[in-house]
Amino acid sequence: MQSETEAQVASPRDVEAAGVEIDGVDVSYGAVQALRGLTLRVAPGEIVAVVGPSGCGKSTLLELVCGLVEPDTGRVRAGAAALMPQRDALLPWLSAVDNAGLALRVAGASRAQARAAAQEHFAAFGLAGFERSRPAALSGGMRQRVAFLRTLLAGRPVLCLDEPFGALDALTRLQMQRWLAGALEREPRTVLLVTHDVEEAVLLADRVALLSPRPGRIVELLDVDVPRPRARDARAIVELRERALEVLGAP
Amino acid sequence: MIAALALLALLCGWEALVGFGGVDPLLLPAPTQVLEALWEDRSLLAPDLWATTYEVVLGLAAAVAAGAVLAIAMHLSPVLRRALRPLVIGSQAVPVPVIAPLVILVLGFGLAPKVLLVALVCFFPITINLYDGLRGADADARRLLRSLQASRWQALRLVEAPAALPAAFTGLKVAAAVAVIGAVFAEWAGAERGLGHALLTANGQLETARAFAATLLLFLLAIALYGACALLERRVVDWTPRTGHGGP
Repeated sequence: MQSETEAQVASPRDVEAAGVEIDGVDVSYGAVQALRGLTLRVAPGEIVAVVGPSGCGKSTLLELVCGLVEPDTGRVRAGAAALMPQRDALLPWLSAVDNAGLALRVAGASRAQARAAAQEHFAAFGLAGFERSRPAALSGGMRQRVAFLRTLLAGRPVLCLDEPFGALDALTRLQMQRWLAGALEREPRTVLLVTHDVEEAVLLADRVALLSPRPGRIVELLDVDVPRPRARDARAIVELRERALEVLGAP
Repeated sequence: MIAALALLALLCGWEALVGFGGVDPLLLPAPTQVLEALWEDRSLLAPDLWATTYEVVLGLAAAVAAGAVLAIAMHLSPVLRRALRPLVIGSQAVPVPVIAPLVILVLGFGLAPKVLLVALVCFFPITINLYDGLRGADADARRLLRSLQASRWQALRLVEAPAALPAAFTGLKVAAAVAVIGAVFAEWAGAERGLGHALLTANGQLETARAFAATLLLFLLAIALYGACALLERRVVDWTPRTGHGGP
């Protein structure tokens, strides 16, 4: 899947352009403190999963990296990031191919150009034949793939994925996890993956950051030193999963 | 089907009531007498129907144009929102029968005062529904566009405006149903043509059947306008289950 979007982002290897550095960041919404003293570094090309209890500020972390939220204190340096929001946020009036090309249209491409660029990837994403379907006519897994393609086509070195498979049934989620691992191997990016699924984190990420309940800070960073493709029942994976659950307080 | 039967039963009862001398036909003509008047006075009523239709369609179009501009302005600018919202709501409180003669005094007997009064009646449902629709766009989609550094204009064009269309059509359908009222009041205040004018002269001449015939035409005009808007909605808003396959 050699494409212009890949060519744009493949070269930069410095943190400034393709990595993420979060230093001692506090974020509050009124009286509610979402993040406290959070520090996290993501190297270019690395996949870091962020796991924590619900409401621990995981989504806020992604908003920081995407520049949607400013920190109260501390510093955030990150390469240009594309957000894949929780739930797919596909626009119901646009066809699958127009949804996938949305970022290109925002960047100034014409409707036809955006369509042509998105179209190229449809077969590789298992979406061939569904170019003109509206989101309502697609299955949950297909919708997530369209949303992921839209995120990739933004052409940014950093991807912020907010519980990409949270809304899917267990079986589809497993298939999509495998699919995402493959897609990221073909088109490597720096990835921040927020999830509440410890197993998903351990299967997909190079490192897993475990967050405390709100206000969120990192309580432990796990290295997942397991070669890919990874099996759910591999011993190292199971051990890391159990370790993560123990740290999160759910043995 | 049931609606048609109910209507038929009502008409039969009405016909029988008048036929058996329960009511003076001068006060309440039987349905057959109304239809008779409609047919006999067709050359009289047709130009009136045309005149009122023209006023209503122009007024509705003016309300759509003004409502769209205002709703978008209020959506984009908090200052304008605070300044204009009381006026928009106030426009609905204006008693049309009271100001209609004043508008006629200022603008004369021509088309302009009719269009203005129809627009005044239609303006509120269109503006408020469109405004609410613009604000109601999906929060995740908004965040997505912000993360892509979309301009305010792009957010409006790509997300908010299409998201507002279903609500906007609801406003348009309400407006279409009440637009006729504005036209009738305007014609009562001073007109040479129109169904409201026909109603007034028929009443004056004790031509009750013709007055009912004019009312029937107003009724049909409102239904036709509503139907046209609903049809347009189905063509334009084809992604929601409400208007998609199997819709009304």
